[in-house]
Amino acid sequence: MNSPATTAIEPLPTVKPDRLPLMLLPVLALVALPLIGSASTWVTLTFAGLAMGMIIFIIASGLTLVFGLMDVLNFGHGVFITLGAFMATSVLGLMTGWTTSTSLLLNLVAVLAAMLVAMSVAGGVGAVFERVIIRPVYGQPLKQILITMGGMIVGEELIKVVWGPEARPLLLPTAFQGSILMGEAAVEKYRLISVVLGLIVFAIMTWVLTHTKVGLLIRAGVHDREMVESLGYRIRRLFIGVFVVGSALAGLGGVMWGLYQQSVIPQLGSQVNVLLFIVIIIGGMGSVTGCFIGAMLVGLLANYTGFLAPKVALFSNILLMVIVLLWRPEGLYPVGKK
Amino acid sequence: MLNHLLSGDLPRSRVLAVVLVIILAGLLLTPFIFPGAKALNVAAKICYFIVLVASFDLLLGYTGIVSFAHTMFFGIGAYGIAIALTRMGPTWKGVAVGVAAALLISLILSLVIGLFSLRVKAMFYAMITLAVASAFMTMASQFSDITGGEDGLSFKVPELLTPGFSLREAPFLGVSLDGKLITFYLLIAVTVVLFLLMLRIVNSPFGRVLQAIRENEFRAEALGYRTVSYRTSSNVLSAMFATLAGALMALWMRYNGPDTSLSFEIMIDLLLMVVIGGMGTLYGAVVGAAIFIVAQNYLQELMKLASSASVKIPLLRDLVHPDRWLLWLGLLFILSVYKFPTGIVGKLRLSAWRKRTAQPGA
Repeated sequence: MNSPATTAIEPLPTVKPDRLPLMLLPVLALVALPLIGSASTWVTLTFAGLAMGMIIFIIASGLTLVFGLMDVLNFGHGVFITLGAFMATSVLGLMTGWTTSTSLLLNLVAVLAAMLVAMSVAGGVGAVFERVIIRPVYGQPLKQILITMGGMIVGEELIKVVWGPEARPLLLPTAFQGSILMGEAAVEKYRLISVVLGLIVFAIMTWVLTHTKVGLLIRAGVHDREMVESLGYRIRRLFIGVFVVGSALAGLGGVMWGLYQQSVIPQLGSQVNVLLFIVIIIGGMGSVTGCFIGAMLVGLLANYTGFLAPKVALFSNILLMVIVLLWRPEGLYPVGKK
Repeated sequence: MLNHLLSGDLPRSRVLAVVLVIILAGLLLTPFIFPGAKALNVAAKICYFIVLVASFDLLLGYTGIVSFAHTMFFGIGAYGIAIALTRMGPTWKGVAVGVAAALLISLILSLVIGLFSLRVKAMFYAMITLAVASAFMTMASQFSDITGGEDGLSFKVPELLTPGFSLREAPFLGVSLDGKLITFYLLIAVTVVLFLLMLRIVNSPFGRVLQAIRENEFRAEALGYRTVSYRTSSNVLSAMFATLAGALMALWMRYNGPDTSLSFEIMIDLLLMVVIGGMGTLYGAVVGAAIFIVAQNYLQELMKLASSASVKIPLLRDLVHPDRWLLWLGLLFILSVYKFPTGIVGKLRLSAWRKRTAQPGA
C-alpha cells in the first residue's frame, strides 16, 4: 500500500466536451457546396453568411447571458441596436472628411470612433434601462415581457424624436468598400472585416468567461444563481455589469449591421428582434457557445437558401429552429438549470 | 335581467358604469351626432377592436399567457372573408364559407401551437409566437396569388352591406339609410353578442379555473386541474374570437392586406389597449379600445396644436410632434404596468370598493 504522500493526486474528472453541435457548421457548408455547384459562388456566400452570423452573434450574446443570469428576457434589446446604428450615423456624419479620404488609417480611426461612441452610449442607456425598466419587475415574467416591450416602444419613438423617422444612410468608408478576389471568388472587404471582428469579440468573451474570476462567477451564476449568492457574491451587481456590456455589444452590432446594410431605419431593432430570439433559442438560452453556433447557422442558411430558393429563405430561420428543437428540445447547448 | 345578461359580472363602479354607457351610446348614435365618414370609421374600428382586445384579454389577463401571435388569428379571419368573397363573388354564402374556413384554420393552428409550446415557460411561449407570427406575415405577403401580396385584396360585399344599397329613399333624421349604416349596426350587434359571450365564458367555472392558473399554476394543478388542457382551450377560444374580429374588420373595410391585419404595430396597439384598459377585466377591453382608438385618431390633432404652439422650443416641439403620439401612450403603458396593473377599470373598481367598505354599516 502506498502512503498517501506519494500518490499522485488524481485530476478531477472532466466533463466530456460536447462537440456535436460544432460539427453542424462544416456539415452545413459542405452539404451546400454540391447544391450550389460553383465553388466561387460558394465562397462568396459562405463569407456573407459568416459575416451576417458574426454580427448577429455580437448582438445576441448579451441577450442570452442576461437571460441565463437572471431569467430576464429583454424584449427591448433591439433599442440598443438601433441606438448604436444611429450614433454611428451621427459620428461618421461629423467625420465625413475622414471617411471619404482614401487613407486606410483615417477610415479606421473614424469607424473605431463611431464604434466606441456607439458602445458607450448604448452601454450607458443600458444601465439606465436596467435601473428604470427592469429592476422593478425582477422575478415577474409576465410584467417583464410587457415592460421591456414598452421600453422598446418608447425607445424607438425617442430615437425618432432625435434622429427623425426616415431612413438615414450609413456609408462605408472608402477603404472598406469594394471586394477582394480569393481565387475566382469575390469577397467584400467589409464582410472579411466583420468576420475578423466577430471572431475577436468571441475570443475575448470566451477568454473572460473561462479564464477570469468574473467569468467564472458569471458561468456559475448562469448555472445556479442561488448557490453563488449563498457563497457571498452579489449576483445583482454582476448582472448589471453583464447587462451594460450586453447593451454595449448590441450597440456595436448595430453599427456593424448599419454599415452592412448601408442605411439605418428606426424600426431596425424591432425587425432584428425575432432573429435574435430564434438564435438564442437554437443555442440554448444562456449559452454563449450555443449562441455563436446558432448565429452562424442562421447566417449561413439564410445566404445559402437565399441563393438556392429565395422563397424558402424567408422561412429558413423558423425551419432551422424547428429542426434543432426536435433534435435537442432545450437548444444546442442546454444550460443545466434546476 | 341585466345581471343575467352580464353573467353576474356587473361594472361594480358607478363611474365605470357611466363610462360604459357613454361608450355604448356614443357608438350607437355616431351616425346621428357625428357627421362624416371619419367618425363612422373610428366608431366601427372601436367595435371590432373591442372584440379583438377582449379576446386577447382572455389570454393575457385571465390566463396569464403572453402571445404575440394574436394578430395572426385576426389576420386569418380577415383573409378568410377577403379570399372567399374575391373567389366566390359578393354572396352571403361566400361570407359563411370564409368565416367557417377561417375559424377552422385558426382552430387547428392555435391547437397545434398551444399543445406544442404551452408546456414551456411564459418567455418561450412569447418568443415562439413572435417567430410564428412573423413567419405567417411573410407567408401572407409572399403567396400573392391567393392573398394579393403586399397590396392586399379589395373585394365586394353582399349587396345589403354596400353603400349603394338603400333601405328608404328619404333620409331619416338627416342620415341616409344605406348599406353602410346597416353594416355599422350589424357590426355593433355582433360586437355586443360576442362581448357578452366572452363575459359568459370568463365568469363560468371554466373561467375561474383560468384565473386560478394565472394566480398560481402549481396550486391549480395540485387541485387536480389539467392546466395544459385549460391553457390550450383558452388559447383556442381566444384565437376563435380574434378570427371573428378579423372577419368583422374585413366586412367593414371591404379590403384586407398585411398591414391592416397582420403587422406587428397592431400587436403593440393591442398590448397597449389591454394594459391601459385593464388586464383581467373584459370591461377594460371596451375602455382601452375606445380610449386608444380615439387617441390614435384625435390625439394627433391635439398634438398638432401643441406642436404649433411650441415651434420655438426645439426639443419640446419634436416631443409633441403629431407623429410621436405613440411615445406618450408608450409611457402611459409603462406607468400602467408599474402603478396600476389592473388598468383604468381595476383602478375604478378599487376606489368604488373602498368607498363602499368605508361606509359605516356597509
